[in-house]
Amino acid sequence: MKILDRNSVDLFFDALKRQGFALVGPTIPDSAIVYDEIGSSADLPVGWTDEQDGGTYRLKKRDDEALFGYVVGPQSWKKFLHPPSLRLWTAHREGKGFKIIPEQDDPPKLAYIGVRSCELHAIAIQDKVFIGGPFLDSSYGLRRENVFIVAVNCGQAGGTCFCVSMKTGPKATAGFDLALTEIIEPGRHYFTVETGTGRGEEVLRDLPYTEATEADPATVERIVEKTVSQMGRTLDTTDIKNLLYQNLEHPRWDQVATRCLSCANCTMVCPTCFCSTVEDVTDLSGEHAERWRKWDSCFTSDFSFVHGGTVRPSVKSRYRQWMTHKLATWIDQFGTSGCVGCGRCITWCPVAIDITEEVRAIRETKK
Amino acid sequence: MEVFSNRIEESPAGGPGFFNPWIPHTAEVIGKRREALGVHTLRLRLRDEGVRRSYRFRSGQFNMLYVFGVGEVPISIVSDPDESGVLDHTIRIVGKVSAALVSLKKGDTVGLRGPYGSSWPLEEAVGKDVLIVTGGLGCAPVISVINYVANRRDRYGNLKIFHGVKTPKDLLYRARFHAWQKHPDTEVYLTVDHPDLEWKYNVGVVTNLFREVRIYAQRSVVMMCGPEIMMHHAVRDLLAQGLAEDRIYLSLERNMKCAVGFCGHCQFGPAFICKDGPVLRYDRIKEWFGTSEI
Repeated sequence: MKILDRNSVDLFFDALKRQGFALVGPTIPDSAIVYDEIGSSADLPVGWTDEQDGGTYRLKKRDDEALFGYVVGPQSWKKFLHPPSLRLWTAHREGKGFKIIPEQDDPPKLAYIGVRSCELHAIAIQDKVFIGGPFLDSSYGLRRENVFIVAVNCGQAGGTCFCVSMKTGPKATAGFDLALTEIIEPGRHYFTVETGTGRGEEVLRDLPYTEATEADPATVERIVEKTVSQMGRTLDTTDIKNLLYQNLEHPRWDQVATRCLSCANCTMVCPTCFCSTVEDVTDLSGEHAERWRKWDSCFTSDFSFVHGGTVRPSVKSRYRQWMTHKLATWIDQFGTSGCVGCGRCITWCPVAIDITEEVRAIRETKK
Repeated sequence: MEVFSNRIEESPAGGPGFFNPWIPHTAEVIGKRREALGVHTLRLRLRDEGVRRSYRFRSGQFNMLYVFGVGEVPISIVSDPDESGVLDHTIRIVGKVSAALVSLKKGDTVGLRGPYGSSWPLEEAVGKDVLIVTGGLGCAPVISVINYVANRRDRYGNLKIFHGVKTPKDLLYRARFHAWQKHPDTEVYLTVDHPDLEWKYNVGVVTNLFREVRIYAQRSVVMMCGPEIMMHHAVRDLLAQGLAEDRIYLSLERNMKCAVGFCGHCQFGPAFICKDGPVLRYDRIKEWFGTSEI
């Protein structure tokens, strides 16, 4: 473990840039933390935090100058790894036929600044979806290969957080190049740094770090313990796959359907939801065509359309599909839960539907 | 949580970058045959010789066919897997892409990627009786398996084909059913819900036929495709006749955009119809099969 002073953060960012990485991290353009390009530490949400609850998100001033003193915003890193809109290929007419030209995909080398533990797990889950099976999604693979990950351990939990229940946090344990913990004491603002990879160590080499003292790991543990104690939500995952498999006809699905607007917000903010659709477009000449991939959601009626009609016409069946996939069928498909307990689906649901509450309701009256 | 990995292993396709499963090959329409009103079979040939040579499929699998500027749909392959170089696809017009496909002419080009999905259990069925249960209009996936077994009668036991439709005018492939009937040790049973005066076969749902025909449950393998409600009843009645759950195979259909497990559209409980299906063994999906709006 090493120690990096707050004043060295920009030197750290410069070192990443020298390695050819563009930086993306938390910014505050519109009263919410969003991940975007950053130039220096001044672009970070210095001194800001967020308050979250079901259907509620507010930024609030902190009484310190913390760089990473917030929880998670509406966006996740999937917007970089699995872009919301992506051209797959173009085609041009040629004589009686046509020629397909694969998209020349050359994504920039990005360093993700401020990745939370739940988000590291979300990235690992999407790795299984896109590059862990018999087929490799090349656009995801190319982006994933280029990423440098700077994790930041959470110094506080949000009102909708339940990573402890999902065993995905709050401390980053793997999947990062470097992991920071922000420590603010009277008269001192610094970061502990753990290295996860050789690349991480290399970046660190030229920086004015000091070696950690014996007390520092304990300080980190204390911060993590405090965050653990603040979890806003809990979700009992005991035998959850069978619980949901055996309750496909539970009356709770009808009940939640009376509240759910089928708006798809939960799937857009979810860091693991991966569904997409394709759009075929042509220009006016009819000589050129393109195929685009765009994020899609199992909450739309088009999603399950087969000739003759939609397979899931009711909101009940769509919510059941989403939640059962996230917490149960995902385990059969990918060997892991699809939920990392980040709480975004709760915070950003316009009617405050709470996945932890829905599971509890089914568990309490299960078949 | 499993082990994390920041690095990506070499793509199976090898080389720099990644093999991109979204990119179609091009294929030429080399023949077209009308099967029935709104149903045509397109015979395709991959344009690239290398791709054509390495292309192999199994009965029950499908291709994604793309019409320039219109879209892409999954279509099952109905030709014989041992027939090299050509790929037959029977297409019913149900939307704009299928309509565009059947409007293509000889010499036109389509995009083609595949083959995808699981196949019929034709190895497991060797030496056993084969029961085909189909219904409605969408029986293309079983056409290939019927042809396969009909053309290799010595490898399989008795072949029974049960086919049910609503009315006589919904009966596609009438000539084919007559032709199959003439194969040795092959029986074809046709039934309609609502007969007309000309109808000389059975009347009623397809499952009624099971009671009238001798089925040897111990030595039979069932392969079915059709409306889910029909398959639901057929499975129930066959189980009652002593068929084992792991001897019943169903071909299912769901919305599909990618065919390689990325788009999420085709999920049926834990199964992705594109890669775990379309052919699924009944015992593996029984908790889900028959649940409304799955």
